[in-house]
Amino acid sequence: MIDEIGHFALVLALGIAAIQASLPLIGAARREAALIALARPAAMAQLLFIGIGFFALMHAYAVSDFSLVNVATNSSRAKPLLYKLTGVWSNHEGSMLLWVFILAVFGAAVAVFGGNLPPTLRARVLAVQAMIGVGFLLFILFTSNPFARLVPAPLDGAGLNPILQDRGLAFHPPCLYLGYVGFSISFCFAVAALIEGRVDPAWARWVRPWTLAAWCALTTGIAMGSWWSYYTLGWGGWWYWDPVENASFMPWLIGTALLHSAVVVEKRDALKTWTILLAILTFSLSLIGTFLVRSGVLTSVHAFASDPRRGVFILLLIGIATGGALLLFAIRAPSLEGGGLFAPISREGGLLLNNLLLTTACATVLLGTLYPLFLDVVVHQKVSVGPPFYAATFVPIMIPLLLAMAVGPMLSWKRGDLLAALQRLKFAFLLAAATAVATMALMGARSLGAACGLGIAAWLLLATVAEWAERVRLFAEPLGGSLRRAARLPRAAWGMTLAHAGMAVVIAGITGSTAWSVERIASVHPGQSVDLAGYTVALDGVHEVPGADYNALRADLRLLRDGRQIAAMHPEKRFYPLEDGTQTDVAIRTNLLADIYAVIGERDQSGGYVLRLYYNPLVPWIWLGAALMALGGLVSLSDRRHRVGAPARRARPLPAPAVQPAE
Amino acid sequence: MTMRRWLVWLPALGFALLIAAFYMGLGIDATALPSALIDEPAPSFQLPPLPGHQHGFSTADLKGHVSLVNTFASWCAPCREEHPTLTALAEQKRVPIYGINYKDKPDAATAWLQSLGDPYDRVGADDGRVGIDWGVYGVPETFVVDRAGRIRYKHVGPLTPQDVNRTILPLVTRLER
Repeated sequence: MIDEIGHFALVLALGIAAIQASLPLIGAARREAALIALARPAAMAQLLFIGIGFFALMHAYAVSDFSLVNVATNSSRAKPLLYKLTGVWSNHEGSMLLWVFILAVFGAAVAVFGGNLPPTLRARVLAVQAMIGVGFLLFILFTSNPFARLVPAPLDGAGLNPILQDRGLAFHPPCLYLGYVGFSISFCFAVAALIEGRVDPAWARWVRPWTLAAWCALTTGIAMGSWWSYYTLGWGGWWYWDPVENASFMPWLIGTALLHSAVVVEKRDALKTWTILLAILTFSLSLIGTFLVRSGVLTSVHAFASDPRRGVFILLLIGIATGGALLLFAIRAPSLEGGGLFAPISREGGLLLNNLLLTTACATVLLGTLYPLFLDVVVHQKVSVGPPFYAATFVPIMIPLLLAMAVGPMLSWKRGDLLAALQRLKFAFLLAAATAVATMALMGARSLGAACGLGIAAWLLLATVAEWAERVRLFAEPLGGSLRRAARLPRAAWGMTLAHAGMAVVIAGITGSTAWSVERIASVHPGQSVDLAGYTVALDGVHEVPGADYNALRADLRLLRDGRQIAAMHPEKRFYPLEDGTQTDVAIRTNLLADIYAVIGERDQSGGYVLRLYYNPLVPWIWLGAALMALGGLVSLSDRRHRVGAPARRARPLPAPAVQPAE
Repeated sequence: MTMRRWLVWLPALGFALLIAAFYMGLGIDATALPSALIDEPAPSFQLPPLPGHQHGFSTADLKGHVSLVNTFASWCAPCREEHPTLTALAEQKRVPIYGINYKDKPDAATAWLQSLGDPYDRVGADDGRVGIDWGVYGVPETFVVDRAGRIRYKHVGPLTPQDVNRTILPLVTRLER
């Protein structure tokens, strides 16, 4: 019964979305207040009904209602409740429902918090958002119904892919979707602005918090995904340039560019056309990300949820959404007024450079991801593009970006003085150079690349700190005064400092783990031990341990340094009889400077066990840095400018409601 | 201004190309991997039998009839998944199935075949070298070999009944003609 209510609620939500997508738009064009006012309650009602649908499915999973195909194929009785619930989005149908649920949450959030928006703009934003909702609800109801029944209902379900039964992965998709779908708001604002034919600083100020929120979620989501692949796949790596990883990374790159160019629109009324384009592209890449995962166009480890028939539908959705937005852009963009002018060396110029480099970086990732597909389509040849491609293309683009990232915040708006900025950074430069030299001295001449990497990370971190120190006049006046200044510093400034510092920490982590990881693979008998980068790993024994819905082969390892025990580690190999799959449970011991990473493998002919051991220096910094970046975003989001002092548009005659005359 | 008017159409144009490529990409089976050995004679090899089996498996066995060559291992979960399909195919006695037991412990392989059933007409134990000659890079993989002993088709991953009925058996019929 609850399932039918859920299904019916989705149908109702579709109807409401259709109304929300059309009438407020007509109302905004004809200036009919009644139709304009429809947008807000419609958005709330959509949230209500999609919420009913979503929680009905959650309920079905919680009570193991195997009369639903979706539950029967993706859950089982023995599963812990947490994985029953997260099983909702472990599969295609459920994850699409989560997608529209988050879309509805964002729509309702605009309706609730968008009180300071001009009613016509709000109506248009919500209408465009409802169009996306209509598309995805149609997609769910016609190709991916999570409430499809199974007759007769089986006694137990087929279970959940063991690789997905993990705490980290449980919350990775919702975070990622919060990011993907959050960018839909920036997209809707962009399309609404194109319809209205005006982009001004007030518009940028309304868009920024939404972009920022989506960016924080996406940053967290990507970091979680990478962390998950690090500790579950058992290969000691944390990024594989897998098409699906790239699919989430591309919107992040363009979203980061958008975040920065929106600042220019807000502060200087410039780069408007560009910002609109970025907003459209960010969400389009999010849609393409969804498409790449769902269609099976590109094979990857994520292929467990692919189906080409659905691919055609999503492709159609992307074609209409992005294609429509880009056509509107092509027609309307030339009529957008240009804004403030600026010299090439200026804060605006720095942010523009950031944008160009990030966009180019995204283009290389897009090329690397799609090149195999293009080649397959054109000359029917299968190739795969791997890490060497990205090392040769992506990394060289990132280096100038990181170098410039340290200087940009030091430049003033309109016209900056590069020489003066560099002079203010001389200590940062000297210390960064010292870091690079010290790295070479300690680790040997072969560490040239790593020395550069750590040098760049130090440069970025120190320059960021220097910029902050200047703002609070650290050491230039008594400490108390500096502290008072720090407390009064806008949250947005704090956010930037934290996020940029986080980036520096990530770079250090990437450098350390790429340059100095040590791998040992050995067949070890109980009682024997292996040396690894100054540590000793002793295998005491291996025994079988029953788990909730699996049987595990568990190794008792001791980690020793200079004969002294530091930790006990217990990697497992789990066999899931119901799903007939195995899953490794990696044991990781970290001291925040380096990880010791242990995987137990098969028993070999001689009675030994294959142990895979890794020493991964600085790896934890990758996630610490990412967390710092997301925190920076959140701090910036809490800036009071986003909450109070509702930006008022300068009084200006409203543009003609119908089509804008060309010039 | 005219330049800009032209430039703003670029994103839409680029996007149209992208969508076209995606659409064409949808029709392609991304899991169908070509083998460099397609239409080449099968490599020559001689594999010893598994414990408890009389015959090994060698190149000579492939001559004169169309056959399937399947790589498997007892440690491989997808092989377990594929096994019922192979057993059902073997019961039809439509085409001989040969097995290359890839990088496995011989005793474990024998035990595996005893407990799950043995669909193979002949099985050879391979420590990995013959697999390399066949271009194997994961198990299970299934090859269709024609009368002349040439490899004509390669399937990567577990066979499903659909694969057998839609691809493998029609190909076998065609090759036997």
